[in-house]
Amino acid sequence: MSRVIGRPRRRVDARAKVTGQTRFADDVILPRMLHCKLLRSTVPHARIVRIDTARAAAHPGVHLVLTGEAFPVPYGVLPVSHDEHALCPDKVRFVGDPVAAVIARDEATADQAVHLIDVEYEPLRTFAAPEDSLAHAEPRIHDYGDGGNVHRAVALQFGDVDAAIDGADHVFDDVFFFEGNTHLPIEQHAAVAATDPDGKLVVWSSTQTPHYLHRSLAKALQMPAAHIRVIATPNGGGFGGKSDPFNHEIVVAGAALLLDRPVKICLTREEVFYCHRGRHPVLMRFRTGVTRDGRITGVDLQTLLDGGAYGSYGVASTFYTGALQTVTYDVPTYRFRGCRVFTNKPPCGPKRGHGTPQARFGQEVQLDKIAERLQVDPADLRLNILAPANTLTANFLRIGTMGLGECVRRVVASAGWGDKFRRLPRGHGVGLACSSYLSGAGLPINWNDLPHSGVQLKLDRSGGVTAFCGATEIGQGSDDVLVAVVAEVLGIEPFDVRAVTGDTDLTPVDLGSYSSRVTLMMGNAAIEAATRARDLLAQAVSRKLEIPVARVTFADRRVFDAEAPDRGVTFADAVCMAEAQFGTIGTTGSYTPPRSEAKFKGGGVGPSPTYSYTAAIVEVEVDPVTGWIVVPAVWIAHDVGRALNPALVRGQVEGSVYMALGEALMEEQAFRRLPPRLSNALVHKFPSMLEYKSPTFLEMPDVHTDLVESMDPAGPFGAKEVGQGPLLPIMPALANAVYDAVGVRIDEVPITPEKILKALQLAAAGKPGRVGPAAFPDHVPWPEALRVTPPWEGGDGRASNEPPRRSRRKADAGVEATTGVRR
Amino acid sequence: MAVDVRAGAKTRLTCAVNGEPVDRLVDGYKTLLEVLREDLQLTGTKHGCELGECGACAVLVDGEPILSCLTLAVECGGRAVTTVEGLSSGPRLHPLQEAFADLGAAQCGYCTPGILVTAKALLDRNPRPSPAEIKEALAGNLCRCTGYLQIVEAVAAAAERMAAAERTRS
Repeated sequence: MSRVIGRPRRRVDARAKVTGQTRFADDVILPRMLHCKLLRSTVPHARIVRIDTARAAAHPGVHLVLTGEAFPVPYGVLPVSHDEHALCPDKVRFVGDPVAAVIARDEATADQAVHLIDVEYEPLRTFAAPEDSLAHAEPRIHDYGDGGNVHRAVALQFGDVDAAIDGADHVFDDVFFFEGNTHLPIEQHAAVAATDPDGKLVVWSSTQTPHYLHRSLAKALQMPAAHIRVIATPNGGGFGGKSDPFNHEIVVAGAALLLDRPVKICLTREEVFYCHRGRHPVLMRFRTGVTRDGRITGVDLQTLLDGGAYGSYGVASTFYTGALQTVTYDVPTYRFRGCRVFTNKPPCGPKRGHGTPQARFGQEVQLDKIAERLQVDPADLRLNILAPANTLTANFLRIGTMGLGECVRRVVASAGWGDKFRRLPRGHGVGLACSSYLSGAGLPINWNDLPHSGVQLKLDRSGGVTAFCGATEIGQGSDDVLVAVVAEVLGIEPFDVRAVTGDTDLTPVDLGSYSSRVTLMMGNAAIEAATRARDLLAQAVSRKLEIPVARVTFADRRVFDAEAPDRGVTFADAVCMAEAQFGTIGTTGSYTPPRSEAKFKGGGVGPSPTYSYTAAIVEVEVDPVTGWIVVPAVWIAHDVGRALNPALVRGQVEGSVYMALGEALMEEQAFRRLPPRLSNALVHKFPSMLEYKSPTFLEMPDVHTDLVESMDPAGPFGAKEVGQGPLLPIMPALANAVYDAVGVRIDEVPITPEKILKALQLAAAGKPGRVGPAAFPDHVPWPEALRVTPPWEGGDGRASNEPPRRSRRKADAGVEATTGVRR
Repeated sequence: MAVDVRAGAKTRLTCAVNGEPVDRLVDGYKTLLEVLREDLQLTGTKHGCELGECGACAVLVDGEPILSCLTLAVECGGRAVTTVEGLSSGPRLHPLQEAFADLGAAQCGYCTPGILVTAKALLDRNPRPSPAEIKEALAGNLCRCTGYLQIVEAVAAAAERMAAAERTRS
């Protein structure tokens, strides 16, 4: 039946990419264009006493110098944390915070002039680690939050978890640490701003979220959003790192308006490390009650997130560390407490898996320990406790199709698990882990009842179709999904469909390329738009052929009688007939996720139309003398619902495995103090690609990818997400494999040869062979937990002890309401 | 050759880029990357670090892959430079480009130009490389999207297609 969907195809934008014609943001070159450089703070935490820009302004070739007073209005991606300014007005919060900007005739001149700006700082205490931020309330990095330097502390409880854990046969109490790491897209962030001939603002940017940039520009520049056009250029890799509205985008926009000339900025690689918004370092404690036959009675999870210097997506990240523990396994009672603190480091935010990989690591390593203690095969342990399909979890997440069991069985078979686990010679090991991820966040950031994705189609008399959607191509293949879905419904070829995407003037809103939402949400919107167009064409053709509409069929660029396929017209003729009958043919489709059943405050993070599932087995070779670790092979099975283009799906799985191995083995966004004779400032340890180690061609193992197709009714043609979920099981599977290989537990990420060697030395000395954090702090200022009765105990999704909220619309997961873009 | 690298000081560059002669005055301090992208508007060549760490800016100079971000443009006087724009023959893509497009070897496409020209240099000197030789040749090119495996397969497939085409010709 399907002619496009489900076949491995050359993606629609492949030719542009292999010929170098894809126009990325830094490839936008305009007449009269000027160049911008930012002056960034050299101190981690300080008040700005004085900025002298006179020498820079007088430098030949300089057109404009800007400081914080040019941008008085704060902004931020979440309505609850509008805590950023395009240029710091009064204080700096990390080394790299921008304080001034120079716009000059060329980049070299701007770079020279930026160093002629003199800034006098009055240093403030530096907060280098979450423990510092918990211990010292003053000075506050921000004047908002949950007190002192705590950005947000949350607590949720579902059922009587204490009784469930106390009454269990075994209680496991483990502390884990997941180091921060960064996206490292090969494309450095770039933006170009210009005024169009009408005087309106146009911004091209390597952003994953043109709609949020659109809102933020309107707010920060205090101008009508209707007079701003944001064009998201194809991203040269995003992975979450281009999801925030950024200071450099607002600066060039402001400068272009002031100068009435195009202004470009392209960040250096070092500056990309300062933009960050990457994986939060998370310390976590899992207390889990287990029956002697391996069933979980309750989970009590605490997480402590090092948020860095700004809010970013941090409130959502905090909830995400505790959101998805319940969608893989049956967890009848659950308590989650999460705390995000501010520190004087580049802000953390969403990286592939957003907040969930850290706690997934802890959960899956702990399950390996549970299986070890109970003498159960880790695969069997998991298969025995799978969360059932089409149910509500303790925290009111609605599970749709659930292919995790099939995923586990497939990797167990393909990896030869039974012959390898605990049977390989010393130094060789295998480990297994599972995971799940959202197919799109069920709730919007800016709380409203509007669709999350819209698609508009224009049908041309030539038979060409143009599909407009705000979705952003970041390499994942969203343009290909859009085109394929429209072509499938209309019975034409993907090449007949032109995708126009990520342009706020031309395309209906799609919220952006994050939370693995685009295939499901844009796909459903595209199906609706294409079906409406097909219906118009079918009516016109049925009249012409004098057959019932139900018999009109679309395939091979023809519209014909299903019972007499020779009787029909070309697709182009069908468009003309429909246009003659109905007028210009244009249709729209939109998608809004189903309402969440989680009504408690904080319940806005976690719901999704459906969830993907993944199981992975990682094989390792560990040299017991040096601790050196090599990964020869990975087996991974992913429940993608339906693979719309299997070539692209496989690429997402392998790319996830790759990025996960980087996190598991080597990647660290780490910091150090400069020597006291310099400034003692807290600085990034190695803001360069050479020293921030990431895997090359030579480190990449064989990956055996298996796609499970559960055909989810919520997804377009049955599809679920694939861009993020397959990353999640790799880090814990690798940790579990190290234990299988050499019998030591590395309860933190990354798992380096040094840590393995240390654990082996501890074991040799008769001590526990473990490297990981010793304890979770006991002085986190937890609020009283919101108590929510699980659905099987009659709960309605509300908290019994929640203070009444001002209105339903006023709060969601701490993400308070906004009336939209400020005019 | 003495080159004045002060801002504003121009130096004459005479070379061939993608088979076409180039003769123009360029800033002496500019890298080949900057001259290709900014002066010649050949923006197919990308940059990820401008420090010689990522391989995104690779181009061929006299057939050898070099990092254009670490090469002064004026060092290329009299030499033949090939960028991604020079791989195809008119509308006909190079077999590497065809294979990369068919086999999912380009996701975001940003590292792709550098990898394509590096792979071309490999196939020019070793028409049937093993997977290990492909990985070795491309180890200086970082890609954050693909996990590399589809790239290795695409290079091998291109080599296979080129060998098949060669057999047909002879």
